[in-house]
Amino acid sequence: MTRPVYLVDGARTPFLKAEGKPGPFTPVDLAVQCGRPLLARQPFDRHIFDLVILGCVNVIADEMNPARVAALRLGMGEEMVAFTVQTNCGSGMQSIDTAFRYIQDGTHEMILAGGTEALSHAPLVLRQEAVEWMGALRAAKSPMQRAKAAAGIKPHYLKPVVGLERGLTDPITELNMGQTAEVLAHRFDIDRKTADAYAMESHHRLAHAQSEGWLNDEVMPAFDRDGAAYDHDTGVRPDSDMAGLAKPKPAFEPPFGKVTAGNASQITDGASWVIVASEEAVEAHGLTPMARIVDSEWAALDPSVMGLGPVLCSTPLAQRNGLGVADVDLWELNEAFAAQVLSCLAAWQDADFCRDVLGLEEAFGQIDRDDLNVDGGAISLGHPVGTSGNRIVLHLANAMQRRGDVKGIATECIGGGLGGAMLLEAT
Amino acid sequence: MTGPVLEHLGEMKMELGPAHETAHPWRRGEADGIVWLALDCEGTGTNTVSEAVIAALETELEALEQDTPRALVIRSAKENGFAAGADIDSFADLSDAGAAELLRRGHAVLDRLTALGCPTVAVVHGAALGAGFELALACDWRIAVDGASFGFPEVNLGLHPGLGGTFRLTGLIDPLEAMTLMLTGKTAHTGKAKSLGIADVVTEERHVRAAIDAIIDGKVDRDGPGLKARAFQVDQARRLAAQRMHRETEKKAPQEHYPAPHALIDIWEEHGDDPDKMQSAEIESFAHLLGTDTSRNLRRVFFLRQGLKENAKGKDGIHYVHVIGAGEMGAEIAAWAAIRGKRVTLGDVDLKPLGKAVKAASALCKDTHLSAVETRDVLDRLMPDPNGYGLKNADLVIEAAPEDPDLKEKIYADAGERMKKGAILASNTSSLRLADLAKGAPDPSCFAGLHFFNPVSKMQLVEVVRHDSTDPDVAERLSAFCGTLDRLPVPVSDYPGFLVNRALTPYLMEAMVLIDEGVSQEVIDTAAMRFGMPMGPVALADQVGLDICLHVAESLKGALDKPMPEISPRLRGKVEAGQTGKKAGQGFYDWSKGTPRPDSEDSGPGDLTDRLILPMLDACMECLRKNVARNADEVDGAMIFATGFAPFRGGPMHYAEARGHDDIRTALQALADRHGDRFAPDPGWTDD
Repeated sequence: MTRPVYLVDGARTPFLKAEGKPGPFTPVDLAVQCGRPLLARQPFDRHIFDLVILGCVNVIADEMNPARVAALRLGMGEEMVAFTVQTNCGSGMQSIDTAFRYIQDGTHEMILAGGTEALSHAPLVLRQEAVEWMGALRAAKSPMQRAKAAAGIKPHYLKPVVGLERGLTDPITELNMGQTAEVLAHRFDIDRKTADAYAMESHHRLAHAQSEGWLNDEVMPAFDRDGAAYDHDTGVRPDSDMAGLAKPKPAFEPPFGKVTAGNASQITDGASWVIVASEEAVEAHGLTPMARIVDSEWAALDPSVMGLGPVLCSTPLAQRNGLGVADVDLWELNEAFAAQVLSCLAAWQDADFCRDVLGLEEAFGQIDRDDLNVDGGAISLGHPVGTSGNRIVLHLANAMQRRGDVKGIATECIGGGLGGAMLLEAT
Repeated sequence: MTGPVLEHLGEMKMELGPAHETAHPWRRGEADGIVWLALDCEGTGTNTVSEAVIAALETELEALEQDTPRALVIRSAKENGFAAGADIDSFADLSDAGAAELLRRGHAVLDRLTALGCPTVAVVHGAALGAGFELALACDWRIAVDGASFGFPEVNLGLHPGLGGTFRLTGLIDPLEAMTLMLTGKTAHTGKAKSLGIADVVTEERHVRAAIDAIIDGKVDRDGPGLKARAFQVDQARRLAAQRMHRETEKKAPQEHYPAPHALIDIWEEHGDDPDKMQSAEIESFAHLLGTDTSRNLRRVFFLRQGLKENAKGKDGIHYVHVIGAGEMGAEIAAWAAIRGKRVTLGDVDLKPLGKAVKAASALCKDTHLSAVETRDVLDRLMPDPNGYGLKNADLVIEAAPEDPDLKEKIYADAGERMKKGAILASNTSSLRLADLAKGAPDPSCFAGLHFFNPVSKMQLVEVVRHDSTDPDVAERLSAFCGTLDRLPVPVSDYPGFLVNRALTPYLMEAMVLIDEGVSQEVIDTAAMRFGMPMGPVALADQVGLDICLHVAESLKGALDKPMPEISPRLRGKVEAGQTGKKAGQGFYDWSKGTPRPDSEDSGPGDLTDRLILPMLDACMECLRKNVARNADEVDGAMIFATGFAPFRGGPMHYAEARGHDDIRTALQALADRHGDRFAPDPGWTDD
């Protein structure tokens, strides 16, 4: 049994750029901040959901299974089943995909699916040597043993490991995510200037969308305990220009690399939710869907070129649904790195690549920049990893409605060598 | 949690040992050589230690003295706590002469409990107050179930502990801590009770049985009285400490008006080294205090509160509250409602005040000693709502917008389109007439006034204001809502200033006229405080906000038959200059360094106090005569709980009664002759 599945509504927090110290909100705080207004504006009671699924990569110790903690804090009732999913940068889309399939198969009617991430809260981790030293100290029984164990410490044990850095490094290839973008830039001949120009455009587009009020229904203000109100994505630089972008040094492979802090996605905190519902639920509650979720696809490839993930999953998704490049009206392709987005576009235009890797007879084709990331992306608004996959689906639906588009694909590359894509259709 | 699992299992499973069979007032059971006595007063959810309870305990003790068990456990069989104290209703019957004798008998019973030849263990859950606390103190050991609290609120009734509390508590713990508890009437919660040495063991209900066994088996240690306690065996040390206590107490409770705390200090100073003498002195003093006007009036205040609480009975059916306007009042109403468990949305067109409101709510959680998790839940329940999403969900919408009729009309029109059917719209207006506002309300029958006082978290009174077409059921639900907010509702009808501001405004305005006449604000405020007000009229006006005072005064001036004092140009000047009082840091007083404490030797003009107080009384009489309030008791309760009107005087109408209506009328007439018609006595004074 397959049933139509709809995206009914969604909302997110402003994405808050990490300022070098823990931000005002934990992952669940963020999920609550945008979940509250989203639920408050629905015409139905918040208890009627069947399930809550939340993507989150860096779960903090105080919030194990953040989905369940969020559901309870949102007042959805003690009987609300909730689980957390973690597929790195795909987590926020994985939650929607799982909801989509559960509803499609007839077992669920309405699911709240989200993603949340507070990268500014990523912990400092003790070195393994330090942990072992502490263990020995604790196991020591006599004062002599304790003194001996204590003396075993070496100064470098106390130097903490930045958890975030480890999290953004692929454990198989030992390549940092930025380095995977350098690999792609080299393979697809993306130069620094082209990458910077892409980044500048991302900022300008986001600033324009903000000033036009296009994000008003999507971005819910967040309020912290110190009285601050956050009403927009704080990473945006409306006056971004090429001269400014030329300044930063390569962040990952100095001195010759091309990927800089300016043309990479920003480290931010943020959360996003969407409401996924069956046709029956839509009718029962008199809802007006934003879009229909048509299909989804996941793909995998070598972790060192994970940035091509969108190409590997979106192409079969489009093909399976009989869509050529011109049939997709709008694309949200998560901007992990400018060089990585541009490499995807290049790969789709590369007939050899498309033939050898995707099994096409010719190049998939050119995606018009006017139909791609039209309101900016992770470079300008940031990439809270567990959230981004959710945000791009939500924003795709919003932007399609505004533009009157019929078909759209949201897709992302995923650290570790995956790609995820979701096809929406106007209702 | 209200789900089926916990519903089935029940809120708590109480450990009553073998004392499970219902009996009153004591359930008795025996097993393993341990006798359990569980207090279970008949026909009430809350235990009080009445004469009957003590008499029944005496009978039990007689038997236990003959056939002494391994141990005796005393606890309450009521879910809501140990015991709330003595039966205050019975105090009125204790005649001065009979009281001492009756107290001696009670003391003898508790002395027998203390002397029983086996370990005695009090298990306390919830509150053990007053005589309840004294019962627990008469046992050898106290187990506090987490959440338990101990306190002596007698001082709030113009009394001090009377069933052995004075000498038992000062003998058990640091005497200075003991005296502080008794002098302030504050309760010691579980953790504090443990650290003070009141509780020997803190545990959960599920481990009560094991804790009792541990005590009987000698596995629980406790510290003896410390060095400090022994130091106060010396007269000189007690004398010095007592002097300091008198000084501190005098600031908040002057001996002239509040004799009880001072009597308590004297007892300890004289007899702190001799429990037997202290016991006798406690009995004598308690019996004497029972007969004082202060105690009578403070007990009256207790019953006035009970009376107002009665108004709050019934179901409010209000789960979701939407507050419009995140100004100081709106923000605090929203925060308080969230603290009390409501789901709240707070609407405002601006994000800035919404942010401030969240910060203020977070601070209020801290002030109310909420834990980190409780604070998180409160802030989760309180959603700033710039888009007004909450309007359609709300069972109650409280409008707390600026006092502008046109603005309110617009707000009501918008709210009317979004509110669900049957939802109540209430205005927190303090100066506009409800009848006028009702014209713009989506459904006038579901429209009423809900007038909170500032600060909402401290001022207990709320005026529930009906206009002509308010559905009585709506007014009742609003009163019940006040109850769930732990506020005291007083139903009043639509009248300029309703009840409280109608009565308070002439008092505040007269103070300003006096300033204009050259009397200093310190002299004015000191006179009011000597009368027994917690704060003088000038400082109070600053605290309320001079802009609000001015607004209320202006609207009353136009709407009342009775002349009001001329509005002082000084007041207008202050408001125009932005010196609006406490919130601005500067009003008549400088608030930048905290609450001003005026104190003047000069007692001012001879009729100063009457000039301030009598117009307030006169307005109360006017409100009664015009049925704005239902009866004199509710007027008294309202004025005490909204303005702090000298509680030991029992309220304005009670004070008028005590002074004599004839005297009030004559005094007002004399003031009218000297100062003008605004003092002309209300016709109501001639009714008796």
